[in-house]
Amino acid sequence: MSIARKTALVGVGSTPYYKRGKSLPQTMNELVCKAILAAVDDAGLLVGDIDGFAYYSGGFDTPYLMETLGIPELRFSATVTATGGGSAGAVQMAAMAVASGVAKTVVVVGGNQQAALRFGAFTSGYAPSAEGAFFAASGLVGPGHMFALLARRHMHVYGTKREHFAEIAMAMRAHAIGNPNAVMQKPLTLDDYFAAPLIADPLCLYDFCLETDGAIAVVVTSAARARDLKQVPVVIHAAMQGGERGWGRSLYWMNMPEEHFLTSGHRFVARELYRMAGLTPADIDTAQLYDHFTPMVIAQLEDYGFCRPGEGGEYVASGAIRYEGGSLPVNTDGGQLSCGYIWGMTHIREAMEQIRGTAFRQVQNVNFALATGGPSNLPLSAVILGK
Amino acid sequence: MTSDTAKVPAEEIFELITDQWTGPYWDAARRHVLTVPKCASCGKFRMPPTPFCPHCLSQEIEWPELSGGGTIYSYTVVTRAIIPQMETTLPYVPALVELPDAPGVRLVTNIVDVPVSEIKVGQAVKVRWHDRRDGVTVPCFTF
Repeated sequence: MSIARKTALVGVGSTPYYKRGKSLPQTMNELVCKAILAAVDDAGLLVGDIDGFAYYSGGFDTPYLMETLGIPELRFSATVTATGGGSAGAVQMAAMAVASGVAKTVVVVGGNQQAALRFGAFTSGYAPSAEGAFFAASGLVGPGHMFALLARRHMHVYGTKREHFAEIAMAMRAHAIGNPNAVMQKPLTLDDYFAAPLIADPLCLYDFCLETDGAIAVVVTSAARARDLKQVPVVIHAAMQGGERGWGRSLYWMNMPEEHFLTSGHRFVARELYRMAGLTPADIDTAQLYDHFTPMVIAQLEDYGFCRPGEGGEYVASGAIRYEGGSLPVNTDGGQLSCGYIWGMTHIREAMEQIRGTAFRQVQNVNFALATGGPSNLPLSAVILGK
Repeated sequence: MTSDTAKVPAEEIFELITDQWTGPYWDAARRHVLTVPKCASCGKFRMPPTPFCPHCLSQEIEWPELSGGGTIYSYTVVTRAIIPQMETTLPYVPALVELPDAPGVRLVTNIVDVPVSEIKVGQAVKVRWHDRRDGVTVPCFTF
């Protein structure tokens, strides 16, 4: 049995995207509940209809949500063993629960509140471990330090340039400007980019995503039931989580064979996803690619077959990922670099909006939208959504 | 900044924890001997040290003494402190170093005591031991 086209996303709800710390004094659970209530309302459902939860990062408390929101019955509650890499994977889990008949109305929710620990210094919050000793001594404190190592090698082997990273940052900013949801609204020029401080050379300030507080929830139910609900159904054509050992525990073991080191880790997920959907890269009309760091957008464009390995830099330099005139508009809301960073749920939300035809920067004639969950340790994940 | 000398990162950001699989690496480091685990059954190297060889699933391990020479595979120059403990040791240079006498593995380490502007991918480096105040020794690399 395949889960392809058996289920649909029927509701989406979000809090505003707050700059780090600005969501206080609201609590994290409060933000999550607000997103869930908005999502079921968007779907034309009642919160009591929810009978399942799927997450992809720790910190969520199903019984708390049931008690707080008055959800009477639970048939499914599970977490993908991932961080941002699992965002689309949680949608896959929800789709599996619904397609199998285990549950009928499953909510996927993700959220951040960075009052206690900045994500930029995420690994400094890890307890010391025997395995961690092999990277911790070197001062790889934040994810940006590790992704800088990947970026440097991609530049060395393929000739990728900082100008290519800059184009991604500038394209995302251009997409964010005017979008009422987006945190960043000021234009970004090439001069601005090169004037910015290097944080982990070759990465500068603008290569890093935002640090955002907020929560986003989506509602998954069967494709058949979706047709009778309030919104245009957004059918889950394919959903995948996983990867190959060559990428495995890439962060921060960093011992991936070169053919994996030069990727985003997504090649296997891409292949399986296209196979499940019965589609090819040429069928994708817009891609919402997990953009915690600009070089990982280039590597995903290569891994998902929009260009060949090593050609991602030239591909973005051609203007391909721009909403204005691009052949594959990427992160049309401004992405995590310029709109908001909710661990990949922003990408699920924007892919849904593009299929519904309600996006702020709506791509014309969209049949299929790709959304990915972050280059990180396995599992990585992605979905293809369509009408 | 780039004319600066690459420093050893602050000792405060790292506390050594070992187990029976990783301990021999750090014991050797204390004696200023560079070693990485080699499967005693199929001869393949692996890092970090794990309880099974992923190639043949053997648990037999050898710890050959290495020359201490290596090649820079990739590196980053950290010039901004994101936690306060980093402030006193900027810039520092986390790097991946490949070891010619242990093919297939890389160390996640630091390039130290050289001008940051002279660091390049492909540069030959040799081990430079950093003896910490807490008795732990960490391998770094220099030209």
